Amino acid sequence: MAEERRPKQCTVVVPTESMKAMAESIGVGQLQEESCVALSDEVSYRIKEIAQDALKFMHHGKRRKLTTSDIDNALKLKNVEPLYGFQSQDFIPFRFASGGGRELHFYEEKEVDLSDIINTPLPRVPLDVSLKAPKEQQKAESTEPLKVVKPGQEEDGIQNKTQGATSAESKGKDKGLRLKPRSTHELSVEQQLYYKEITEACVGSCEAKRAEALQSIATDPGLYQMLPRFSTFISEGVRVNVVQNNLALLIYLMRMVKALMDNPTLYLEKYLHELIPAVVTCIVSKQLCLRPDVDNHWALRDFAARLMAQSCKTFSTTTNNIQSRITKTFTKSWLDEKTQWTTRYGCIAGLSELGADVIKTLILPRLTIEGARIRAVMDGPVVSNIDKIGADHVQSLLLKHCASVIAKTRNPPDNVEQYRLDYGYLGPMLCSHVVKARTQAALQAQQVNRTTLTITQPRPTLTVSQSSLGGSGGPRTPSIIKVPSSLTLMSPRPGTPTQPSPPATKYIVMATSSGASSTQQVITLSSSQSGGTSTVQSATSGLQPLVKLESGGGPGLTASRPMQKYIVVSLPSSASLDGKGSGLTAISSSTAQLEAGMKLERSDSPGASTH
Amino acid sequence: QFILKMAAVQSGQSETEEEKEIQPETSNDGSRTDGRPPAGSPGVPAPSPGAVKPSAPGEEETLRAVLRFLQKNNLSESVEILRREAGLPDEPEDQTGSESSGTGSGGQEAGGGVGDAGSLLSRVSAAPTPAAATVAAPPPPPSKVGAGDDRPDVNVVLSAYSQQGDPVLYDVYYSGLKKFIESVLDCHRAELSQVFYPLFVHMYLELVYNNHEAESKAFFEKFSGDQECYYADDLRILSSLSKKEHMRGNETLLDFRTSKFVLRISRDSYQLLKRHLQERQNNQIWTIIQEHLYIDIFDGMPRSKSQIDAMSGSLAGEAKRDSNKAKVFYGLLKEPEIEVPLDDEDEEVENEEGKPKKKKPKKDSLGNKSKKQDPNAPQQNRIPLPELKDSDKLDKIMNLKEATKRVRLGRDTLPSICFYSFLNAYQGLTAVDFTDDSSLIAGGYADSTVRVWSVTPKKLRRVKSAADLSLIDKESDDVLERIMDEKTASESKILHGHSGPVYGISFSPDRNYLLSCSEDGTVRLWSLQTFTCLVGYKGHNYPVWDTQFSPYGYYFISGGHDRVARLWATDHYQPLRMFAGHLADITCTRFHPNSNYVATGSSDRTIRLWDVLTGNCVRILTGHKGPIHAIAFSPNGKFMASGATDGRVLLWDIGHGIMIGDLKGHTDAIYTLKFSRDGEILASGSMDNTVRLWDAFKAFDELETDDFTATTGHIHLPENSQELLLGTYLTKATPVIHLHFTRRNLLLAAGAYNP
Repeated sequence: MAEERRPKQCTVVVPTESMKAMAESIGVGQLQEESCVALSDEVSYRIKEIAQDALKFMHHGKRRKLTTSDIDNALKLKNVEPLYGFQSQDFIPFRFASGGGRELHFYEEKEVDLSDIINTPLPRVPLDVSLKAPKEQQKAESTEPLKVVKPGQEEDGIQNKTQGATSAESKGKDKGLRLKPRSTHELSVEQQLYYKEITEACVGSCEAKRAEALQSIATDPGLYQMLPRFSTFISEGVRVNVVQNNLALLIYLMRMVKALMDNPTLYLEKYLHELIPAVVTCIVSKQLCLRPDVDNHWALRDFAARLMAQSCKTFSTTTNNIQSRITKTFTKSWLDEKTQWTTRYGCIAGLSELGADVIKTLILPRLTIEGARIRAVMDGPVVSNIDKIGADHVQSLLLKHCASVIAKTRNPPDNVEQYRLDYGYLGPMLCSHVVKARTQAALQAQQVNRTTLTITQPRPTLTVSQSSLGGSGGPRTPSIIKVPSSLTLMSPRPGTPTQPSPPATKYIVMATSSGASSTQQVITLSSSQSGGTSTVQSATSGLQPLVKLESGGGPGLTASRPMQKYIVVSLPSSASLDGKGSGLTAISSSTAQLEAGMKLERSDSPGASTH
Repeated sequence: QFILKMAAVQSGQSETEEEKEIQPETSNDGSRTDGRPPAGSPGVPAPSPGAVKPSAPGEEETLRAVLRFLQKNNLSESVEILRREAGLPDEPEDQTGSESSGTGSGGQEAGGGVGDAGSLLSRVSAAPTPAAATVAAPPPPPSKVGAGDDRPDVNVVLSAYSQQGDPVLYDVYYSGLKKFIESVLDCHRAELSQVFYPLFVHMYLELVYNNHEAESKAFFEKFSGDQECYYADDLRILSSLSKKEHMRGNETLLDFRTSKFVLRISRDSYQLLKRHLQERQNNQIWTIIQEHLYIDIFDGMPRSKSQIDAMSGSLAGEAKRDSNKAKVFYGLLKEPEIEVPLDDEDEEVENEEGKPKKKKPKKDSLGNKSKKQDPNAPQQNRIPLPELKDSDKLDKIMNLKEATKRVRLGRDTLPSICFYSFLNAYQGLTAVDFTDDSSLIAGGYADSTVRVWSVTPKKLRRVKSAADLSLIDKESDDVLERIMDEKTASESKILHGHSGPVYGISFSPDRNYLLSCSEDGTVRLWSLQTFTCLVGYKGHNYPVWDTQFSPYGYYFISGGHDRVARLWATDHYQPLRMFAGHLADITCTRFHPNSNYVATGSSDRTIRLWDVLTGNCVRILTGHKGPIHAIAFSPNGKFMASGATDGRVLLWDIGHGIMIGDLKGHTDAIYTLKFSRDGEILASGSMDNTVRLWDAFKAFDELETDDFTATTGHIHLPENSQELLLGTYLTKATPVIHLHFTRRNLLLAAGAYNP
């Protein structure tokens, strides 16, 4: 009341109606009008006086808010009994009532049953007062000489300091966390050396060293301290090499990611923000190599897509929503008309690696449209060789992934015309693929039966694998292989033999050139390199019986070997045999270009990364 | 022996005051309206500060008598001349105690008539009976019967308003004067405008007193807008007054009445005003000016508006020039010579390591400081100080050692700030103090508790119980360690004892004691060895707002709502001195570094400096526009800084008694001020959640105090707040309520986090 603006100061008084109401409340009826006026004058004066005294207590209490205790103290000052028990949870505890033409505000005092109070459980004791000072400052005060702040930085420096100090007090509020000084993880000299060696080997030219390094990454238990550095290394490396179209290095970096993921002692979730963009870049970038018509960047895309699928499976949670975000990203750029074939391929690969459900809901409905687009390139006037290759790859990719899904979802008979009707341009090809897939599935069922039979003697399987390693993709296997090929695609952790890889790698590289099977080949490549002993438990349903059987036959290593065998064996099945030779050259040429690319200092904008 | 001395001082004082003892303590105290008994110690002699006479009382008496005669006959100019020639201070009417000499001849002067009524009034407050008889006071109305005989002065004071003119004409009078002042030359206008506010208040009160409620209301509404904005708070109180009955209990009003509003006006302007009023036969206003205002006339150029604004704002106008003339020994006391054998060794080691040159001059300067006697310093034994104990000497040695490592602050080397936040204080933190060596922090809380924290790894421990202590081998070397009870070690201790919010807190310099003062009217002394209350000092009957230990320990000062600051010694349960004179609550109290003076800040918006030895008020400093909540002395004792709720920091030269700086920047009440250990930086902390650093070195260095400024007290302040502001440091939501420089010049700040 006393705080009214000055012009009103004279006039603010308690209305006489209030006087009457108050008089009535204590049982005095019929108060003379004159007495009301006199009373209200007096009361308003006293209230103002008390309010002014209460302000004093507020000031000395170093507060900005006037509290009821201030009023109590002011009353005490005047030797008046304070108002006991005027405590309220509400900001303004008054209630309003009207009636009989009068309006009334009153303080609701409920009768309190003491037993209620006694019986209610005690509320939690409020936190006790505590003193907080920034730790480092205390130290500075007690031991170290005072830190002198330079004039230039003083505004920011000290201010931040004070703010930091006060916000540190804020009991873990957001701001406080944000301002918490970032702790750097110091690496020991040995770790630094190790890090240097490993990173150099991973991107170096010596394949043997790289294999060792990757294996070390995938198996060493004490790498968590270096993890932030590795992830930065990878993300920076991808950023630089995408610009320079350095395919080989990108592959090496992706293999590092793979190895990191394979390491059971590392948990990458904290570093996904660096790794995922790098991986996605490798999937969808417009250009990943210097000569897109010759170099096999498709393999890299497939491999990265598989990595992506794996990390989605491992790390996607309801809070970070990695899978749905990634799916959205892929779909968006795929649906874009202007997207180039390379990126288109990446998107489809990325999506299809995410599983049959994704294929069914996102890819199958668009097969017709995609088919039309492919036909436009294939049948239309030759625009450019690159486009044609791209369209070709997209087509085989679609056929490969969709066939298996359709085979499962669509009931036979497989009518070519019907397929053409449903899927347009791709229909007939799909139809033949589906038919193949069906027969394969049937065969595989037999195969499974066979393995169960042979399980007691692991030798046959071993021989099979060896024969495949030998490079003579045996003609007897193809029939077995077809289905497993798609199965292995889904397995998040492809089998990883310890060291017998070098020949396998070579073999796979050859296979690379063959579009459809490229994914597989890269897997083997990586698995052979990383050489981890990672377990195979996470194999998908399709593969599961097989694996179980095998592991039942022999522990650990033997179990993984058959896996390896299947993969390798599967290669020629979907790959056209003639592709082998060209694949080899592709890799070698790309490595040759590696150096050239380094020198060239390309100023191209980085490949479109749609993440 | 020491105690005897103090007692002697006190009793000597009482003797000179014998006649006074039978009267109420002071008019302020006696005039309380509530039913509380007047002061807890009615029989206690009240050694009023002004009462202690300077030397040669006989001659002065004569001169004063002549002066009075002249005044009686309205020969004001002769009065001025005589005063100046005789070097007599103006009669300090606002210090009621000083009027005691006049009480004997009260009857004679009471016949003085209208012109003398003002001085009479104030005298009345000291000697009520004869004065009440002579003044034509109306018989107290029946409603006042309850007022009783213990406060007769109230009615008498108010009765001065009974002489009145036609209420309707007040409006005309005031606007007439307003018109006149607006028409005079610019140079006079600012000076004469000062008259408005006191005139306005007095006229309004006269109207109210004489029951012209409607007229008073109209008068207030018409002219209250013209007043300077810094009087808004007083006007607000005034506006709530609308009835004669209200006036009786209103302290603000009584202050206005019992003390004359002091104006400083140049002779020319004054003549102008006088001539105008006499020409117009405007007796009403002239009477008020004669009775209620004290016009301090000076020769020379009229002051400018800004000069006036800088100095005005207090409840009772500016300080009289003469009230700031007394000599103040602001120098520091000589430090006792302490042999520092350990220190030398340490320094030797440091020397070998690197800085051999730096050490020498430093040591010299330290030595010089302690050897040469500052001409401005008081006698070493001017007031008895406690002897140094061994532990004190050790502490001094530590201090010196730390001082050598101190960072020299300045414009380019600002201190680091470490903020101690009190968490979960729920708005209850009311006071904070650090020990000088920054090892302990104490906080006072609204829930009546005091908490002490140790901020070093050393925990707080209690002394063992008496039974356990008797088992200790008293001859052992580590007996001091053995007496402590390990089981009680903790980081903080809570002290219970007060029954109201704790508003002030202060550590003793030796870290053995802690003082706290509270709303319950007591000051408590706590032991930091046993963590128990040792003494409750009762004397203030109202909330005690602040207390502080002397820098040499033993003495402490307290001040509170009763407007009297009290000086205590820890071993006396009654105060040694009572400093009365403030017109409103004493909000903060500080010792001068040499312990011979205390400064008190008040809600009446003045700062007073009191001489501990004599009890005199030696400085009245006006200029703040709000209650003063923070005072700090510069380490060399020469300067003082004060902060108020108006958000401004004012700097003062104690020797000359003038304002030398006005630091604007804070947007809310300032609750703490501190000079760095070298006095180069002034830090201020405020409710606006900032710590600001000011270049004190520059502010004091650029000062040129010529004789003219010193004698007239007319200051001209440069507008250089922005240049002097070195840094503003925001907290998130923590009002800064205490600041402290460690011995190495790290700035510690404290406050309660207040989300």
